[in-house]
Amino acid sequence: MSTLDATTRDALAELLLAMADDEFVLGFWDSEWTGIAPILEEDVAMSSVSQDEIGHARALYELLAEVTGGDADRIAFGRPPEGYRHAALMNHARSDWAFTIARRFLYEHADAVRLESLAASSYQPLADLAVKMRREETYHILHFDLWLKRLSEGGDESHARLAAGIERLWPDAQTVFAPLAGEGRLVDARILPDTLEVMRARWLERIGPRLEAAHLPVPTTPGSPGADGRTQRTDEFAWLHAEFTMVARSEEGATW
Amino acid sequence: MVAVALSREAAVWAALAELSDPEIPAISLVDLGVIGGVAFAERPDGAERLTVELMPTFVGCPAIEVMREQITERLGALELADEVVVHLSFAEPWTSDRITPAGREALRSSGFAPPVTIGSGSVFSGELLTALPIATCPYCASRNTTLENPFGPTLCRAIYHCADCRQPFEAFKPV
Repeated sequence: MSTLDATTRDALAELLLAMADDEFVLGFWDSEWTGIAPILEEDVAMSSVSQDEIGHARALYELLAEVTGGDADRIAFGRPPEGYRHAALMNHARSDWAFTIARRFLYEHADAVRLESLAASSYQPLADLAVKMRREETYHILHFDLWLKRLSEGGDESHARLAAGIERLWPDAQTVFAPLAGEGRLVDARILPDTLEVMRARWLERIGPRLEAAHLPVPTTPGSPGADGRTQRTDEFAWLHAEFTMVARSEEGATW
Repeated sequence: MVAVALSREAAVWAALAELSDPEIPAISLVDLGVIGGVAFAERPDGAERLTVELMPTFVGCPAIEVMREQITERLGALELADEVVVHLSFAEPWTSDRITPAGREALRSSGFAPPVTIGSGSVFSGELLTALPIATCPYCASRNTTLENPFGPTLCRAIYHCADCRQPFEAFKPV
């Protein structure tokens, strides 16, 4: 938008890329459950949820392309693995079902807190999109809250696997709220109505009682995520990246 | 002049009413409530542009591009303007309450339970928790139904079962 100065525009682009990459990468990881989820209903549900996330990513990449003058498809598929800015939470392969549910639970509530805040963003196109996405994400929250309860009450093994998943993912889950270089500028401009640290506190307040109700440990460490929370990439992600860019790489610049 | 402008817009709406939702062909784009508005405007170069505001049911709906092509092709054939532009809009979110009474009937008669009316309040989760389990069987009109899966074969559909006529059926999701 022409009213944004260059510093603010760069900061907004950083925020949009972070959010889009979160949705995009998680959407691809969990789309792997299509056909092999524990029950048929869940094949359908996880496919639908993943399609939602990739759709949200697309809308965010398109918003980003408008801000920076780029092309949404090129942003989505044309970067090397180290160019992605998703939270470290999305670096992990899907692993078992309990691990997947642990990640979805941690992420969906983080995403909800983020969207609720951004619904009041001074950057109207982002506020509009956040309002719309929230209505869809409500279904995700209900679904994964239910799965958390189901696995926690399902027996010793499902409870233990779920607890292990939460514990392993906990440090990386904080990085959804890792500080952005241009965060101060975004907060000043009310593009980001709350700091990421304020959002992280809200998220902790929201997930704590749910974990306790499911008799799952609520880890206390670590505290605030570092600035590298969105820049560290793993071999597991490099593998996924090779998968999801395969078609785009097969004929670069092709129109599909 | 006013009468001419009105009749052109009416012609656009009539043409849009003949286009079907690609995923649920029983319902038209107008009855689905995805057409936010139509407007004729002069471009800087003097040519005339017809803009159609399209409000996606779901952000990730894969039918959006099909709808866009259908609209561009159909309205282009009317030759009412030099250019037809379909503009995706989230300025006002599409909600399932936008489906018209005729659209709800079209859904029902093709085997889809229409969505429960939810209102467009900002607090959505509480409303959804009470709204989601309610669906009326499109085959026998029984309310003795259960939600089998809040996710279905497309983003906008959920799966239910009717205990009276023992049919599984789909419902358009309240959103």
